[in-house]
Amino acid sequence: MDLSMRWLADYVDCDMPIKDFVAGITMSGSKVECYGEEGDYLSNVVVGKVLSIERHPDSDHMFTTQVDIGEDEPVQIVTGAQNVNQGDYVPVAKHKSVVLHEGKPVKITKGKLRGVVSNGMLCSLGELGLTVHDFPYAIEDGIFILGEDCDRTVGTDIRKAIGFDDVKVEFEITSNRPDCLSVIGLARETAATFNTQLRVKKPEYKGVDDDVNKYLKVKIHNTDLCKRYIGAIVKNVKIEPSPRWMRERLRACGVRPINNLVDITNFVMLEYGRPMHAFDLRYVAGGEINVRNARAGESITTLDGETRQLSEEMLVIADAEKPVAVAGVMGGEYSGIMDDTTTVVFESACFDGASVRTTAKKLGMRTDASARYEKGLDPHECYEALMRACQLVEELGAGEVVKNYIDENYQSETPPSVEFSSEWINNFLGTDIPEEEMIDYLTRLEFKVENGRVYAPWFRIDIECKADIAEEIARLYGYNKIPGTIIRGVAQAQRTEKQKFEMSVQRAMTAMGVNEISTFSFISPRYFDKINLPAESKLRNTVTIMNPLGEDTSVMRTTLLPSVLEVAARNFSYRNPECYVFEMGNEYIPRDGEVLPDEPLRLGIAVYDTTCKIDFYTLKGIVEGMLKKVGAKEFEFEKADAKCAFDEFSAFHPGRTAIIKIDGNEIGILGELHPRVAENYGISARVYAAKINIPELMEVSSDVKTYKPLPKYPATTRDLSLICDEEIPVAMLERIIKKAVGGILESVTLFDVYRGEQIQCGKKSVSYSISMRSLDGTLTDEQADKAMERVLKELKGIGVELRM
Amino acid sequence: MKEQLKSIEERAKDELSKIGDVKLLEDFRVRFLGKKGEITSILKQMGKLSPEERPVVGQLANKVRADIEEALNARKAELKSRMEEVRLKEESIDVTLPGKPMKIGRAHPLKVTLEQVEEVFLGMGFDIVEGPEVETDHYCFEALNMPKHHPARDTQDTFYINENVLLRTQTSSVQIRTMEKRKPPIRIISPGSVYRSDAVDATHSPIFHQIEGLVVDKGITMADLKGTLELLMKRLYGDDAQIRLRPHHFPYTEPSAEVDLMCFNCHGKGCSMCKQEGWVELLGSGMVHPKVLAECGIDPEVYSGFAFGIGLERITMGRYSINDMRLLYENDMRFLEQF
Repeated sequence: MDLSMRWLADYVDCDMPIKDFVAGITMSGSKVECYGEEGDYLSNVVVGKVLSIERHPDSDHMFTTQVDIGEDEPVQIVTGAQNVNQGDYVPVAKHKSVVLHEGKPVKITKGKLRGVVSNGMLCSLGELGLTVHDFPYAIEDGIFILGEDCDRTVGTDIRKAIGFDDVKVEFEITSNRPDCLSVIGLARETAATFNTQLRVKKPEYKGVDDDVNKYLKVKIHNTDLCKRYIGAIVKNVKIEPSPRWMRERLRACGVRPINNLVDITNFVMLEYGRPMHAFDLRYVAGGEINVRNARAGESITTLDGETRQLSEEMLVIADAEKPVAVAGVMGGEYSGIMDDTTTVVFESACFDGASVRTTAKKLGMRTDASARYEKGLDPHECYEALMRACQLVEELGAGEVVKNYIDENYQSETPPSVEFSSEWINNFLGTDIPEEEMIDYLTRLEFKVENGRVYAPWFRIDIECKADIAEEIARLYGYNKIPGTIIRGVAQAQRTEKQKFEMSVQRAMTAMGVNEISTFSFISPRYFDKINLPAESKLRNTVTIMNPLGEDTSVMRTTLLPSVLEVAARNFSYRNPECYVFEMGNEYIPRDGEVLPDEPLRLGIAVYDTTCKIDFYTLKGIVEGMLKKVGAKEFEFEKADAKCAFDEFSAFHPGRTAIIKIDGNEIGILGELHPRVAENYGISARVYAAKINIPELMEVSSDVKTYKPLPKYPATTRDLSLICDEEIPVAMLERIIKKAVGGILESVTLFDVYRGEQIQCGKKSVSYSISMRSLDGTLTDEQADKAMERVLKELKGIGVELRM
Repeated sequence: MKEQLKSIEERAKDELSKIGDVKLLEDFRVRFLGKKGEITSILKQMGKLSPEERPVVGQLANKVRADIEEALNARKAELKSRMEEVRLKEESIDVTLPGKPMKIGRAHPLKVTLEQVEEVFLGMGFDIVEGPEVETDHYCFEALNMPKHHPARDTQDTFYINENVLLRTQTSSVQIRTMEKRKPPIRIISPGSVYRSDAVDATHSPIFHQIEGLVVDKGITMADLKGTLELLMKRLYGDDAQIRLRPHHFPYTEPSAEVDLMCFNCHGKGCSMCKQEGWVELLGSGMVHPKVLAECGIDPEVYSGFAFGIGLERITMGRYSINDMRLLYENDMRFLEQF
């Protein structure tokens, strides 16, 4: 809502410095977004009188003028305009002045035009930042000749002379206060905030003897959606521009002046916050106004020239034959005021907010009127608005108002009220405000306190409960005078086990040099193709957004993998030499028969490094480190295949991908990215990625750690070099070694895998260092050798030999 | 023999002074002081001497041995320290060359800030509660006093999954779920992702993060709300942090307040950072609307409460002077490694 301070001053004392006004009104709840003077970009432009004008000696289209600008001597100015005559009053941009040129401020200095000195410039409306709507008698492509409605004292600052010096204040009005989308609403707030006098008089008009019923019939068919409709007739209408004071007030509030009748309806809407409509009676068939629901199949061509299909829940204003306006939203094509309009129907009505809102949304048009109606207006002020409009018609001499009017009124006459208890309010706010002070605040806001109840004024549609009254008092008392206290009582809180576990995963990942990332949880459905996901994969069944910003963000991810890969790809495209990233993020999995999807938490990892050699085992090392740190139970890695639980397998290199298994459950997948997928992401380095299911991992982890005594006796180590078939995974060898050595085993460390010379084709040599230790004493060589014998015997069973 | 001993001593000392390598010293020791060395061989001839001379020569021999030994040790020490000196000199390095980087991963700046906020509230006895991001209209709007067609819904452009299911626009939905399940006293914060249909630019993102707080108990006042937020701001921004409450409107709170933080740059005077206002808009808050309490089965005549919602991005960007929100979701390594 843009407010003209000049207009506000018509209704309330507000002559304090603008800064104080803005600060005060903001802190009482009407937030000022910004403020400024109109035309503040202009400087050193004054009213001048053209004393003489003659042709430029060297140009056939320019003139040399002598202009009185209130200084000792007239100044000589050269102009190219063709509409200037001797005796005209014009805006003069003096030497070192600023005017607008193509919408941008430019400096004007004196100079020579074809050899003739020009001490400035005569200005057009455009150069002042105005249009012919502001001064209808002026022309667009010539100098602005000041009319009698301007102060034509030479030397006067032009902004002052033409009323272009109002202060505009832009308010952010919250949706519960549609009454403040008006000058009078803000005047009321001003009066209450600064405790000054409000000067709003009840508008009245004289009217001419005639009978409105001769012209008009009004019937409300749906009194739920329309509580009141007042119609008045203005005859012998004279369409002309409205006076300057009205035009400049409209302009300051951001509305373009059009003609007196249209301007009056806009003026009243801005002043009272009540949308009005003016119909040309010629186009109201049968002189009938029917407020009714649209009928199936009806359509209307609205003022903006568009034909719109109506549906039955929409409320329309219809004449005897057809809809002539969409109620509270927009008038029909022929309903508006035209140059030859002679008789006008003024409508001041109250339509249901939710209905207007739904209709406007459905028709895809939001107007100043609908924006006000949809927040919910009270029917009572329809009357004031209509009176004011009629009063203005008479004041402007725009026509003759028929003395009586039609008022179809179904409004409630019981004023809403709320219990008043100063004690409750103080207890609620944590304050100690005396009751008289509270009543004073409420009175300033036009509330009445009677018999322990507060009665809100009609225009306050937002007052429903005690807390509302507390807010009214608090905002005038000053939110900042409310003390700050600490909540009474003690409370103990800690992170849940789940939150602690997630934190421990995050800590482990960062400790291992992987950076945490944050990505969007909606993705493009094309990402599934990018990761090579089979067409029939269940992961393609997504939670899909009906109204996405674009296809790229249209489905909720069912796999975290593309999110981390996108980040790797972006880093690669930025030529970052390495990328170690992880995210702990949700996936969104639709559930049959459930309204809401499952949102399981996943850990996603993506790694590439062009600065040093990394491989599958680098990633595996990271994953193992994390698993150990978070206390995962004994885990195993198995070669992954298409039968695994993770459909993301398709994104991986089939020979370099593993499944993490704990207690027989598959809790994660890790591996090198499939070269084709890496190509899809435009990464020409090898990329390693993983996805691990966090809740499942938590199930099989424990943060209970028991200290194991540090060993007292030395360990005995034996190295074994084994020859085995290429196909045997080393994990199997390890399992056998562990089992065969038994309780004295401390660790099994793989230190070499060798293929090549001296090793038969199809075989590999695997070397282990096996450390054994007893807690009870130093192991003898014999004990160690025995253990090795057991190992070899077991290994022999699967054809593994000691390497000689 | 005395002369022999003297000459041995002289030779030994002369030779010693010429030895420049510690390794040669051992050879020297063997030649002069060893079992088959020159002094021993002299001593072996002692038998030829008269009994009177023997002790004298013996004494002299011992002295010569001791002298040589001492000289040897001294020479050894000297050479060692000289060698050490050379080594240290040779090994001198340019300490201004860069260190060898060890990998250390960073938590995302949003997470760092979130954890800090969480710590403050854990300290005040607030539990951390989570809830679904894909939410029903009921929990996101209806139960928060925003029935269908409520104009306030316009301020939260919503992504819909279907008519009844949406991406939550605020984590207040978690407050409703909590109030339905728990009886007062309730002290919770609910952090998480929220969604609004805003195109991405420097200050907007269709996904961002909120931390909402809720306290419900007997006798909770608006002063408590103010005190709690003041404490949070002091913990986050230092003891001289100042806030102001400004009346506002949210359908789910009454009274409602927006909370501004005094601009750090100009201390309230107005500067370019705070758009000349002196204050920076920080969060929304208020006393829980009685209708919301009642909707959750909590009697508003007995209990009262306050709630607030903080934008995690806003405070994170403020703390680290990040001027473009997109950086937070782009995850450029060069950005991530700064935290």
